[in-house]
Amino acid sequence: MAQTKINAGKLVVIGGSSGSLQVIIHILGSLPHDYPIPMLLIIHRAYSNDSMLLDLLVLKSNILVREVEEKEKIVPSCVYLAPADYHVLIEKDESFTLDYSEKLNFSRPSIDVSFISAAAVYGKNLTGILLSGANEDGADGLKEIKEQGGHTIIQHPDEAIVNYMPLQASYKSRIDEVLNTDGISRYLTSLIPA
Amino acid sequence: MQLLLNDMIDRYGYDFTGYSEASLKRRIEYFMIKDRIPDVSKLRSMIIKNPDYFRHLVEEITVNVTEMLRDPLFYKTIREEVLPALATYPFIRVWHAGCSTGEEVYSMAILLKEAGILDKSRLYATDINPLVIEKAKTGIFPASQMRKYSENYIQSGGNNDFSSYYSSNYNLAKFDESLSEKMIFATHNLVADSSFNEFQLILCRNTLIYFDKKLQSRVLELFDHSLDLLGFLGLGAKESLRFSGIESKFKQITPGQKIWRKQK
Repeated sequence: MAQTKINAGKLVVIGGSSGSLQVIIHILGSLPHDYPIPMLLIIHRAYSNDSMLLDLLVLKSNILVREVEEKEKIVPSCVYLAPADYHVLIEKDESFTLDYSEKLNFSRPSIDVSFISAAAVYGKNLTGILLSGANEDGADGLKEIKEQGGHTIIQHPDEAIVNYMPLQASYKSRIDEVLNTDGISRYLTSLIPA
Repeated sequence: MQLLLNDMIDRYGYDFTGYSEASLKRRIEYFMIKDRIPDVSKLRSMIIKNPDYFRHLVEEITVNVTEMLRDPLFYKTIREEVLPALATYPFIRVWHAGCSTGEEVYSMAILLKEAGILDKSRLYATDINPLVIEKAKTGIFPASQMRKYSENYIQSGGNNDFSSYYSSNYNLAKFDESLSEKMIFATHNLVADSSFNEFQLILCRNTLIYFDKKLQSRVLELFDHSLDLLGFLGLGAKESLRFSGIESKFKQITPGQKIWRKQK
Protein backbone atom coordinates (compact mmCIF):
# COMPACT_ATOMS: atom_id res chain seq x y z
CA MET A 1 0.00 0.00 0.00
CA ALA A 2 2.74 2.45 0.97
CA GLN A 3 4.49 1.69 -2.31
CA THR A 4 1.34 2.50 -4.31
CA LYS A 5 1.05 5.83 -2.60
CA ILE A 6 4.60 6.86 -3.29
CA ASN A 7 4.07 5.95 -6.92
CA ALA A 8 0.89 7.97 -7.16
CA GLY A 9 2.75 11.01 -5.94
CA LYS A 10 4.52 12.54 -8.94
CA LEU A 11 1.56 14.73 -9.83
CA VAL A 12 -1.81 15.35 -8.21
CA VAL A 13 -4.67 16.64 -10.37
CA ILE A 14 -7.73 18.04 -8.62
CA GLY A 15 -11.00 18.88 -10.36
CA GLY A 16 -13.92 20.74 -8.87
CA SER A 17 -16.98 22.73 -9.77
CA SER A 18 -19.69 24.33 -7.68
CA GLY A 19 -19.14 23.75 -3.98
CA SER A 20 -15.51 22.76 -4.42
CA LEU A 21 -13.74 26.00 -3.59
CA GLN A 22 -13.96 25.77 0.17
CA VAL A 23 -12.70 22.18 0.01
CA ILE A 24 -9.69 23.24 -2.05
CA ILE A 25 -8.97 26.14 0.31
CA HIS A 26 -9.14 23.82 3.29
CA ILE A 27 -6.82 21.28 1.66
CA LEU A 28 -4.24 23.86 0.56
CA GLY A 29 -4.30 25.44 4.01
CA SER A 30 -3.59 22.07 5.63
CA LEU A 31 -0.43 21.31 3.64
CA PRO A 32 3.03 22.71 4.50
CA HIS A 33 4.65 25.38 2.31
CA ASP A 34 7.31 22.94 1.15
CA TYR A 35 4.81 20.27 0.13
CA PRO A 36 6.85 18.63 -2.60
CA ILE A 37 4.33 17.17 -5.03
CA PRO A 38 3.10 19.46 -7.78
CA MET A 39 -0.67 19.85 -8.03
CA LEU A 40 -2.82 20.98 -10.93
CA LEU A 41 -6.20 22.50 -10.08
CA ILE A 42 -8.99 22.50 -12.66
CA ILE A 43 -11.81 24.59 -11.22
CA HIS A 44 -14.86 25.65 -13.20
CA ARG A 45 -15.45 29.38 -13.02
CA ALA A 46 -18.57 31.41 -13.53
CA TYR A 47 -16.79 34.36 -15.13
CA SER A 48 -13.89 34.06 -17.47
CA ASN A 49 -12.17 37.36 -16.74
CA ASP A 50 -11.62 37.22 -13.03
CA SER A 51 -8.30 37.00 -11.29
CA MET A 52 -10.04 36.75 -7.92
CA LEU A 53 -9.81 32.98 -7.80
CA LEU A 54 -6.02 33.07 -8.13
CA ASP A 55 -5.74 35.86 -5.56
CA LEU A 56 -7.90 33.93 -3.12
CA LEU A 57 -5.90 30.71 -3.48
CA VAL A 58 -2.59 32.54 -3.13
CA LEU A 59 -3.91 34.05 0.09
CA LYS A 60 -5.17 30.78 1.55
CA SER A 61 -2.41 28.40 0.49
CA ASN A 62 0.91 27.83 2.23
CA ILE A 63 2.30 26.46 -1.02
CA LEU A 64 3.19 28.68 -3.97
CA VAL A 65 0.14 28.97 -6.29
CA ARG A 66 0.44 30.20 -9.87
CA GLU A 67 -1.62 30.17 -13.00
CA VAL A 68 -0.42 27.68 -15.62
CA GLU A 69 1.86 29.29 -18.19
CA GLU A 70 2.10 28.07 -21.75
CA LYS A 71 4.92 25.46 -22.25
CA GLU A 72 6.01 25.79 -18.61
CA LYS A 73 7.79 22.81 -17.04
CA ILE A 74 6.08 21.27 -14.03
CA VAL A 75 8.26 21.68 -10.94
CA PRO A 76 7.88 20.42 -7.33
CA SER A 77 6.31 22.43 -4.51
CA CYS A 78 4.00 24.33 -6.78
CA VAL A 79 0.23 24.46 -7.16
CA TYR A 80 -0.86 25.23 -10.72
CA LEU A 81 -4.26 26.74 -11.45
CA ALA A 82 -5.82 26.23 -14.90
CA PRO A 83 -6.39 29.68 -16.44
CA ALA A 84 -9.90 30.83 -17.27
CA ASP A 85 -11.14 29.85 -20.70
CA TYR A 86 -8.29 27.50 -21.68
CA HIS A 87 -7.94 23.74 -21.50
CA VAL A 88 -4.70 22.52 -19.91
CA LEU A 89 -2.86 19.60 -21.49
CA ILE A 90 0.40 17.96 -20.41
CA GLU A 91 3.21 17.06 -22.79
CA LYS A 92 5.44 13.99 -22.51
CA ASP A 93 8.29 16.17 -21.23
CA GLU A 94 6.06 17.20 -18.29
CA SER A 95 5.34 20.70 -19.52
CA PHE A 96 1.97 22.37 -19.99
CA THR A 97 0.24 23.18 -23.27
CA LEU A 98 -2.81 25.44 -23.30
CA ASP A 99 -5.61 24.77 -25.73
CA TYR A 100 -8.52 26.94 -26.81
CA SER A 101 -10.58 24.28 -28.53
CA GLU A 102 -14.31 23.63 -28.02
CA LYS A 103 -15.72 23.40 -24.53
CA LEU A 104 -16.15 19.88 -23.18
CA ASN A 105 -19.03 19.18 -20.78
CA PHE A 106 -19.88 22.89 -21.20
CA SER A 107 -16.55 23.65 -19.61
CA ARG A 108 -13.25 25.27 -20.52
CA PRO A 109 -11.09 24.46 -18.67
CA SER A 110 -12.48 20.93 -18.70
CA ILE A 111 -11.46 18.50 -15.97
CA ASP A 112 -11.71 15.53 -18.36
CA VAL A 113 -9.29 17.12 -20.83
CA SER A 114 -6.59 17.60 -18.19
CA PHE A 115 -7.16 14.30 -16.38
CA ILE A 116 -6.98 12.27 -19.61
CA SER A 117 -3.90 14.13 -20.77
CA ALA A 118 -2.15 13.75 -17.39
CA ALA A 119 -3.00 10.02 -17.30
CA ALA A 120 -1.23 9.46 -20.62
CA VAL A 121 1.97 11.07 -19.32
CA TYR A 122 2.05 10.06 -15.64
CA GLY A 123 0.30 6.66 -15.64
CA LYS A 124 0.65 5.07 -12.21
CA ASN A 125 2.45 8.13 -10.86
CA LEU A 126 -0.73 10.19 -10.88
CA THR A 127 -3.43 10.85 -8.31
CA GLY A 128 -6.75 12.23 -9.54
CA ILE A 129 -9.16 13.83 -7.07
CA LEU A 130 -12.69 14.91 -8.01
CA LEU A 131 -14.69 17.20 -5.73
CA SER A 132 -18.16 18.70 -5.47
CA GLY A 133 -19.94 19.81 -8.66
CA ALA A 134 -23.15 19.83 -10.65
CA ASN A 135 -21.68 18.57 -13.90
CA GLU A 136 -20.32 15.23 -15.14
CA ASP A 137 -16.96 16.69 -16.10
CA GLY A 138 -14.14 14.63 -14.58
CA ALA A 139 -15.91 11.26 -14.55
CA ASP A 140 -14.33 10.07 -17.82
CA GLY A 141 -11.04 11.56 -16.66
CA LEU A 142 -10.98 9.55 -13.43
CA LYS A 143 -11.84 6.43 -15.40
CA GLU A 144 -8.86 7.04 -17.66
CA ILE A 145 -6.53 7.72 -14.71
CA LYS A 146 -7.63 4.39 -13.22
CA GLU A 147 -7.11 2.57 -16.52
CA GLN A 148 -3.58 3.98 -16.80
CA GLY A 149 -2.76 2.69 -13.32
CA GLY A 150 -3.15 5.90 -11.34
CA HIS A 151 -4.89 6.43 -8.00
CA THR A 152 -8.42 7.89 -7.93
CA ILE A 153 -10.28 9.68 -5.16
CA ILE A 154 -13.68 11.36 -4.98
CA GLN A 155 -15.03 13.64 -2.30
CA HIS A 156 -17.57 11.76 -0.20
CA PRO A 157 -20.99 12.46 -1.78
CA ASP A 158 -22.48 12.95 1.70
CA GLU A 159 -20.04 15.76 2.37
CA ALA A 160 -20.01 17.35 -1.10
CA ILE A 161 -22.22 20.45 -1.33
CA VAL A 162 -23.26 19.25 -4.80
CA ASN A 163 -22.80 15.50 -5.01
CA TYR A 164 -23.63 15.04 -8.71
CA MET A 165 -20.04 15.17 -9.96
CA PRO A 166 -18.47 12.65 -7.53
CA LEU A 167 -21.50 10.38 -7.96
CA GLN A 168 -21.19 10.38 -11.76
CA ALA A 169 -17.54 9.43 -11.40
CA SER A 170 -18.43 6.57 -9.09
CA TYR A 171 -20.91 5.23 -11.69
CA LYS A 172 -18.33 5.32 -14.48
CA SER A 173 -15.39 3.59 -12.82
CA ARG A 174 -14.28 1.93 -9.64
CA ILE A 175 -12.92 4.65 -7.37
CA ASP A 176 -9.98 3.80 -5.12
CA GLU A 177 -10.98 5.99 -2.18
CA VAL A 178 -14.05 7.97 -1.19
CA LEU A 179 -12.89 10.57 1.32
CA ASN A 180 -14.10 13.68 3.09
CA THR A 181 -12.06 16.88 3.10
CA ASP A 182 -9.90 15.91 6.06
CA GLY A 183 -9.32 12.49 4.56
CA ILE A 184 -8.09 14.08 1.32
CA SER A 185 -5.69 16.28 3.30
CA ARG A 186 -4.39 13.23 5.16
CA TYR A 187 -3.96 11.30 1.93
CA LEU A 188 -1.97 14.13 0.35
CA THR A 189 0.18 14.43 3.48
CA SER A 190 0.89 10.69 3.31
CA LEU A 191 2.41 11.20 -0.17
CA ILE A 192 5.27 13.25 1.28
CA PRO A 193 8.38 11.06 0.98
CA ALA A 194 9.85 10.19 4.39
CA MET B 1 1.12 8.84 -34.88
CA GLN B 2 4.58 9.75 -36.17
CA LEU B 3 3.88 7.62 -39.26
CA LEU B 4 0.63 9.46 -39.87
CA LEU B 5 2.41 12.84 -39.61
CA ASN B 6 5.08 11.62 -42.03
CA ASP B 7 2.40 10.58 -44.53
CA MET B 8 0.88 14.02 -44.30
CA ILE B 9 4.22 15.64 -45.16
CA ASP B 10 5.14 13.18 -47.92
CA ARG B 11 1.78 13.11 -49.66
CA TYR B 12 0.44 16.59 -49.14
CA GLY B 13 3.26 18.79 -47.87
CA TYR B 14 1.45 19.57 -44.63
CA ASP B 15 3.89 19.45 -41.74
CA PHE B 16 2.31 18.98 -38.32
CA THR B 17 5.46 17.68 -36.64
CA GLY B 18 6.09 21.02 -34.91
CA TYR B 19 2.64 21.05 -33.37
CA SER B 20 2.28 20.56 -29.65
CA GLU B 21 1.93 16.81 -29.34
CA ALA B 22 -0.61 16.68 -26.52
CA SER B 23 -3.24 18.78 -28.25
CA LEU B 24 -2.65 17.30 -31.72
CA LYS B 25 -2.95 13.77 -30.32
CA ARG B 26 -6.18 14.73 -28.60
CA ARG B 27 -7.63 16.22 -31.81
CA ILE B 28 -6.70 13.17 -33.89
CA GLU B 29 -8.11 10.74 -31.33
CA TYR B 30 -11.32 12.74 -31.16
CA PHE B 31 -11.54 12.78 -34.95
CA MET B 32 -11.09 9.00 -35.09
CA ILE B 33 -13.84 8.42 -32.54
CA LYS B 34 -16.22 10.75 -34.39
CA ASP B 35 -15.52 9.15 -37.77
CA ARG B 36 -15.44 5.65 -36.27
CA ILE B 37 -11.94 4.89 -37.44
CA PRO B 38 -10.62 1.90 -35.46
CA ASP B 39 -6.88 2.59 -35.61
CA VAL B 40 -4.20 4.89 -36.96
CA SER B 41 -3.19 2.54 -39.79
CA LYS B 42 -6.76 2.65 -41.13
CA LEU B 43 -6.67 6.45 -40.93
CA ARG B 44 -3.33 6.48 -42.76
CA SER B 45 -4.63 4.37 -45.63
CA MET B 46 -7.76 6.52 -45.90
CA ILE B 47 -5.89 9.80 -46.23
CA ILE B 48 -3.35 8.33 -48.63
CA LYS B 49 -6.13 7.13 -50.95
CA ASN B 50 -8.37 10.14 -50.70
CA PRO B 51 -7.17 13.78 -50.85
CA ASP B 52 -10.66 15.02 -49.92
CA TYR B 53 -10.56 12.97 -46.79
CA PHE B 54 -7.15 14.42 -45.96
CA ARG B 55 -8.61 17.94 -46.29
CA HIS B 56 -11.45 16.90 -44.02
CA LEU B 57 -8.92 15.69 -41.44
CA VAL B 58 -7.01 18.99 -41.57
CA GLU B 59 -10.24 20.92 -41.14
CA GLU B 60 -11.16 18.91 -38.10
CA ILE B 61 -7.82 18.75 -36.29
CA THR B 62 -7.05 22.45 -36.55
CA VAL B 63 -8.85 24.45 -33.87
CA ASN B 64 -11.34 26.99 -35.11
CA VAL B 65 -12.81 28.43 -31.95
CA THR B 66 -12.87 32.23 -31.94
CA GLU B 67 -15.07 35.17 -31.03
CA MET B 68 -15.45 38.88 -31.75
CA LEU B 69 -13.50 41.28 -29.52
CA ARG B 70 -12.31 38.46 -27.28
CA ASP B 71 -10.46 39.94 -24.28
CA PRO B 72 -12.05 43.41 -24.63
CA LEU B 73 -9.18 45.09 -22.78
CA PHE B 74 -6.81 43.89 -25.48
CA TYR B 75 -8.93 45.74 -28.04
CA LYS B 76 -9.20 48.78 -25.77
CA THR B 77 -5.40 48.96 -25.81
CA ILE B 78 -5.45 48.63 -29.61
CA ARG B 79 -7.88 51.55 -29.75
CA GLU B 80 -5.98 53.76 -27.35
CA GLU B 81 -2.34 52.94 -27.97
CA VAL B 82 -1.97 51.28 -31.36
CA LEU B 83 -4.43 52.94 -33.74
CA PRO B 84 -3.32 56.53 -32.96
CA ALA B 85 0.21 55.48 -33.97
CA LEU B 86 -1.01 53.72 -37.11
CA ALA B 87 -3.14 56.73 -38.05
CA THR B 88 0.02 58.69 -38.85
CA TYR B 89 0.87 56.32 -41.72
CA PRO B 90 -0.36 56.96 -45.26
CA PHE B 91 -1.30 53.32 -45.67
CA ILE B 92 -1.90 50.59 -43.09
CA ARG B 93 -1.49 46.88 -43.60
CA VAL B 94 -2.77 44.48 -40.94
CA TRP B 95 -2.18 40.73 -40.98
CA HIS B 96 -4.46 38.35 -39.09
CA ALA B 97 -2.44 35.14 -39.03
CA GLY B 98 -4.60 32.13 -38.19
CA CYS B 99 -7.82 34.12 -38.63
CA SER B 100 -10.14 31.10 -38.42
CA THR B 101 -13.73 32.09 -39.29
CA GLY B 102 -12.89 35.80 -39.29
CA GLU B 103 -14.46 37.19 -36.11
CA GLU B 104 -11.28 39.03 -35.13
CA VAL B 105 -10.86 40.50 -38.60
CA TYR B 106 -14.33 42.06 -38.46
CA SER B 107 -13.56 43.25 -34.92
CA MET B 108 -10.48 45.04 -36.16
CA ALA B 109 -12.32 46.53 -39.13
CA ILE B 110 -14.85 48.05 -36.70
CA LEU B 111 -12.06 49.59 -34.65
CA LEU B 112 -10.32 50.97 -37.73
CA LYS B 113 -13.58 52.39 -38.99
CA GLU B 114 -14.30 54.10 -35.70
CA ALA B 115 -10.79 55.56 -35.72
CA GLY B 116 -11.55 56.92 -39.19
CA ILE B 117 -8.68 55.01 -40.82
CA LEU B 118 -10.36 51.98 -42.36
CA ASP B 119 -10.27 53.59 -45.82
CA LYS B 120 -6.49 53.60 -45.89
CA SER B 121 -6.18 50.11 -44.39
CA ARG B 122 -5.93 46.60 -45.80
CA LEU B 123 -6.68 43.62 -43.62
CA TYR B 124 -4.95 40.45 -44.79
CA ALA B 125 -6.54 37.42 -43.16
CA THR B 126 -4.97 33.99 -43.52
CA ASP B 127 -5.50 30.51 -42.21
CA ILE B 128 -4.21 27.02 -43.02
CA ASN B 129 -7.79 25.76 -43.38
CA PRO B 130 -9.54 26.72 -46.66
CA LEU B 131 -12.98 25.92 -45.26
CA VAL B 132 -12.81 28.58 -42.53
CA ILE B 133 -11.49 31.13 -45.03
CA GLU B 134 -14.62 30.63 -47.12
CA LYS B 135 -16.74 31.15 -44.02
CA ALA B 136 -14.79 34.23 -43.00
CA LYS B 137 -15.39 35.84 -46.40
CA THR B 138 -19.14 35.78 -45.89
CA GLY B 139 -19.06 37.93 -42.75
CA ILE B 140 -21.98 35.93 -41.39
CA PHE B 141 -21.94 34.86 -37.76
CA PRO B 142 -24.53 33.27 -35.46
CA ALA B 143 -26.99 35.90 -34.20
CA SER B 144 -27.02 34.11 -30.84
CA GLN B 145 -23.50 35.46 -30.19
CA MET B 146 -24.38 39.11 -30.76
CA ARG B 147 -25.35 39.85 -27.20
CA LYS B 148 -21.99 38.68 -25.93
CA TYR B 149 -20.12 40.48 -28.73
CA SER B 150 -22.04 43.64 -27.97
CA GLU B 151 -20.91 43.44 -24.33
CA ASN B 152 -17.32 42.87 -25.47
CA TYR B 153 -17.69 45.87 -27.77
CA ILE B 154 -18.78 48.18 -24.95
CA GLN B 155 -15.96 46.92 -22.70
CA SER B 156 -13.49 47.55 -25.51
CA GLY B 157 -14.45 51.22 -25.42
CA GLY B 158 -16.99 51.24 -28.25
CA ASN B 159 -19.50 54.11 -28.20
CA ASN B 160 -21.81 53.20 -31.05
CA ASP B 161 -24.73 50.84 -31.22
CA PHE B 162 -23.00 47.53 -32.03
CA SER B 163 -26.08 46.31 -33.89
CA SER B 164 -25.57 49.07 -36.46
CA TYR B 165 -22.72 46.98 -37.89
CA TYR B 166 -24.82 44.01 -38.94
CA SER B 167 -28.25 43.05 -40.17
CA SER B 168 -30.00 40.08 -38.64
CA ASN B 169 -31.86 37.53 -40.60
CA TYR B 170 -33.40 34.65 -38.66
CA ASN B 171 -30.53 33.25 -36.62
CA LEU B 172 -27.73 34.85 -38.59
CA ALA B 173 -26.04 38.23 -38.43
CA LYS B 174 -24.41 39.55 -41.58
CA PHE B 175 -21.78 42.22 -41.09
CA ASP B 176 -21.79 45.33 -43.21
CA GLU B 177 -19.91 45.19 -46.49
CA SER B 178 -18.25 48.51 -45.75
CA LEU B 179 -16.23 46.49 -43.22
CA SER B 180 -15.27 43.62 -45.52
CA GLU B 181 -14.33 45.82 -48.50
CA LYS B 182 -10.81 46.19 -47.15
CA MET B 183 -10.28 42.52 -46.34
CA ILE B 184 -8.21 40.07 -48.35
CA PHE B 185 -8.57 36.40 -47.44
CA ALA B 186 -6.11 33.67 -48.40
CA THR B 187 -4.86 30.32 -47.21
CA HIS B 188 -1.40 30.51 -45.69
CA ASN B 189 0.50 27.90 -43.74
CA LEU B 190 2.58 29.45 -40.96
CA VAL B 191 4.73 26.31 -40.86
CA ALA B 192 5.75 26.23 -44.50
CA ASP B 193 4.95 29.54 -46.21
CA SER B 194 7.08 32.64 -46.04
CA SER B 195 6.41 36.30 -45.47
CA PHE B 196 4.28 37.90 -48.20
CA ASN B 197 4.23 41.59 -47.32
CA GLU B 198 5.35 44.28 -44.88
CA PHE B 199 2.85 45.03 -42.14
CA GLN B 200 2.34 47.68 -39.48
CA LEU B 201 0.26 45.37 -37.30
CA ILE B 202 0.19 41.59 -37.02
CA LEU B 203 -2.35 39.75 -34.89
CA CYS B 204 -1.93 36.07 -34.16
CA ARG B 205 -3.97 35.12 -31.14
CA ASN B 206 -4.25 31.61 -29.72
CA THR B 207 -2.51 29.94 -32.64
CA LEU B 208 1.02 29.70 -31.25
CA ILE B 209 -0.22 27.65 -28.29
CA TYR B 210 -0.72 24.73 -30.69
CA PHE B 211 2.96 24.78 -31.71
CA ASP B 212 5.97 23.45 -29.85
CA LYS B 213 8.60 25.92 -28.64
CA LYS B 214 10.82 25.51 -31.68
CA LEU B 215 8.02 26.17 -34.15
CA GLN B 216 6.74 29.05 -32.01
CA SER B 217 10.17 30.68 -32.31
CA ARG B 218 10.26 30.16 -36.04
CA VAL B 219 6.83 31.66 -36.58
CA LEU B 220 7.71 34.63 -34.36
CA GLU B 221 10.77 35.19 -36.56
CA LEU B 222 8.48 35.15 -39.58
CA PHE B 223 6.39 37.85 -37.92
CA ASP B 224 9.52 39.87 -37.14
CA HIS B 225 10.53 39.72 -40.82
CA SER B 226 7.04 40.73 -41.87
CA LEU B 227 6.78 43.76 -39.56
CA ASP B 228 7.94 47.29 -40.28
CA LEU B 229 10.17 48.98 -37.76
CA LEU B 230 7.82 50.31 -35.02
CA GLY B 231 5.16 47.87 -36.16
CA PHE B 232 2.96 46.12 -33.59
CA LEU B 233 2.49 42.44 -32.78
CA GLY B 234 -0.56 41.22 -30.82
CA LEU B 235 -0.72 37.71 -29.30
CA GLY B 236 -3.23 35.70 -27.25
CA ALA B 237 -3.73 36.22 -23.52
CA LYS B 238 -1.43 33.35 -22.54
CA GLU B 239 1.19 33.75 -25.27
CA SER B 240 4.41 35.74 -25.13
CA LEU B 241 7.77 36.46 -26.74
CA ARG B 242 9.62 34.93 -23.79
CA PHE B 243 12.32 32.44 -24.80
CA SER B 244 11.99 33.39 -28.46
CA GLY B 245 14.88 34.79 -30.47
CA ILE B 246 13.09 38.06 -31.16
CA GLU B 247 12.29 39.15 -27.59
CA SER B 248 15.14 41.68 -27.41
CA LYS B 249 13.90 43.51 -30.52
CA PHE B 250 10.43 44.14 -29.13
CA LYS B 251 8.94 46.10 -26.25
CA GLN B 252 5.60 45.34 -24.60
CA ILE B 253 3.57 48.54 -24.86
CA THR B 254 1.37 48.12 -21.75
CA PRO B 255 1.99 45.76 -18.85
CA GLY B 256 -0.55 42.94 -18.87
CA GLN B 257 -1.60 43.39 -22.50
CA LYS B 258 -0.02 41.08 -25.06
CA ILE B 259 0.97 43.75 -27.55
CA TRP B 260 4.58 44.41 -28.49
CA ARG B 261 6.21 47.10 -30.65
CA LYS B 262 9.23 46.42 -32.80
CA GLN B 263 12.15 48.59 -31.66
CA LYS B 264 14.91 47.50 -34.02
